Amino acid sequence: MTTGIITALGTASSNRWGRATWLGLIALALLLAAPFTGVYTEFVLHALCLALFASAFNLLFGFGGLLSFGHVAFFGSGAYTTAYALKVWGVTPEVGIVLGMLAATALGLVFGALAIRRQGIYFAMITLALAQLLYFLFVQAPFAGAEDGIQDVTRGRLFGLFDLDHPLAIYYVVVAICLGGLAVVQRVVQSPFGHVLEAIRENEARAISLGYRVNSYKLGVFTLSAALAGLAGSAKVLVLQLATLADVSWHLSGEVILMTLIGGVGTLAGPVIGAFVLVGLDTSLAESGIASGMVQGALFIACVLVLRRGIWGFFADRLERARTRH
Amino acid sequence: MRDIILEAREVTREFYGFTAVRAVNLQVRQGTVHSLIGPNGAGKSTLFNLLTRFLALTSGRILYKGVDIGAWNPASVAQRGLVRSFQISSLFPKLSVHENVRVALQKRRSLAHQFWRHERCLAQLDERADALLEEVGLLSHRGVRAVDLSYGRKRALELATTLALEPEVILLDEPMAGVGHEDIERVAALVRRVAQGRTVLMVEHNLKVVADLSDTITVLARGQVLAEGSYAEVSANPEVRTAYMGSRHE
Repeated sequence: MTTGIITALGTASSNRWGRATWLGLIALALLLAAPFTGVYTEFVLHALCLALFASAFNLLFGFGGLLSFGHVAFFGSGAYTTAYALKVWGVTPEVGIVLGMLAATALGLVFGALAIRRQGIYFAMITLALAQLLYFLFVQAPFAGAEDGIQDVTRGRLFGLFDLDHPLAIYYVVVAICLGGLAVVQRVVQSPFGHVLEAIRENEARAISLGYRVNSYKLGVFTLSAALAGLAGSAKVLVLQLATLADVSWHLSGEVILMTLIGGVGTLAGPVIGAFVLVGLDTSLAESGIASGMVQGALFIACVLVLRRGIWGFFADRLERARTRH
Repeated sequence: MRDIILEAREVTREFYGFTAVRAVNLQVRQGTVHSLIGPNGAGKSTLFNLLTRFLALTSGRILYKGVDIGAWNPASVAQRGLVRSFQISSLFPKLSVHENVRVALQKRRSLAHQFWRHERCLAQLDERADALLEEVGLLSHRGVRAVDLSYGRKRALELATTLALEPEVILLDEPMAGVGHEDIERVAALVRRVAQGRTVLMVEHNLKVVADLSDTITVLARGQVLAEGSYAEVSANPEVRTAYMGSRHE
């Protein structure tokens, strides 16, 4: 009896993983083939960077249970640091990216240490306030170029070898960076640390009584999330060759929340889907004269009303139900 | 006389002018089952929270194995073997029975901070987790989500999770609360089993259970100790009888 159940559970879960894996492989194949299909690659790369940003945000919000309203601070500090290092110091792109991530990580550690002392709306407000501080710093600071930001960033040669100005080189390098970042998110979620996070989200008081110093785990996930958001910002600089105030503006913090909620919070694929949907909308509406904010808003309302768990959450539920019915 | 493992000295807690616990002295001896009883509002839960450091002391000292733990945080207290359960059955509702126990084991085995390792490495905890589930009779439910368990089984799971921390002192907050009549004896047997080789301090309203299980009983009323001793001594005390109005005897 028991062995029967265990076998049944085993096959069921491998089936589900099978489906998810297949969908993932198809997406990966499309992604790798994209430059040869005439798709506008800059769109794909921009969406991928935001997908990584949304996934980093989702790691904190969906899996850590902490809603940050100022996540753009880490995306922006990564972007500005990388842009500055590439343009002014003339470092190679890999060094620029590492520096961007380090800046975001350090900032995440400081902002996180301040914000996790409070919960819920207060946590969100503290992150928002700190991100706004950073925004005004970038408006004023001479190195950040005020309204212009840092433009015409040279991509340089990766490891001094590969010229990233070649369209295929930049494409595959940024794809690799973003997929690597997404893989890190997945690993963190499925790690021993991820299990403790889940327990803390489920019942914080109980986790404390089991001997967990929950604040150190919250700070841990906050910092990891900040580092990955910084990586997304750095990758974005390689793609668009600029860092501007839009990268530290609270609008982007809001958009990343939208992407995560529309795609499916607390799922691995959700933020990626949400990012592609929103960036796709933005791009396709850009020349139509329809305000994309209106469409985004309508989409968000529709999601909240109809797809409570987002696009991916909805399909994952369907798959799950179809599976259990058999 | 056995050694005192946990001691409260002149412990006081005030809430904005209201004194919930007033100069309480309590000595819990190693290897005994010690019960705290008293009418509602007597300060039992407050005292519990003070002992496990979930609440700050207004004044007084708390000694655990002779060390003053008055300034410690709840997580360190738990790590050193003074572990509590909660009044409202407290679990990780969406995790499976097995995962509930495994999360408790992760801390002890230092498998908690690694964010770079795959969850596969947690399989090394399975054997111990299953042994603990066996001990409380839950092994057959290991894959069930905690939220779907019956109340009695939730209690059992909570005890298994508590045992995973290898506690020396277990603080049980109303183990019988919400347990149906038919399950009382089963939960009592469970408490008796986990008390072997350990020290138990519990708050409980069911006096029959208290009488059955306890070596020592402390009666609290209005934040102060009213009486202390065996069940026979305590129940013969006229002040205790007045405090309870005789109504809670079964």
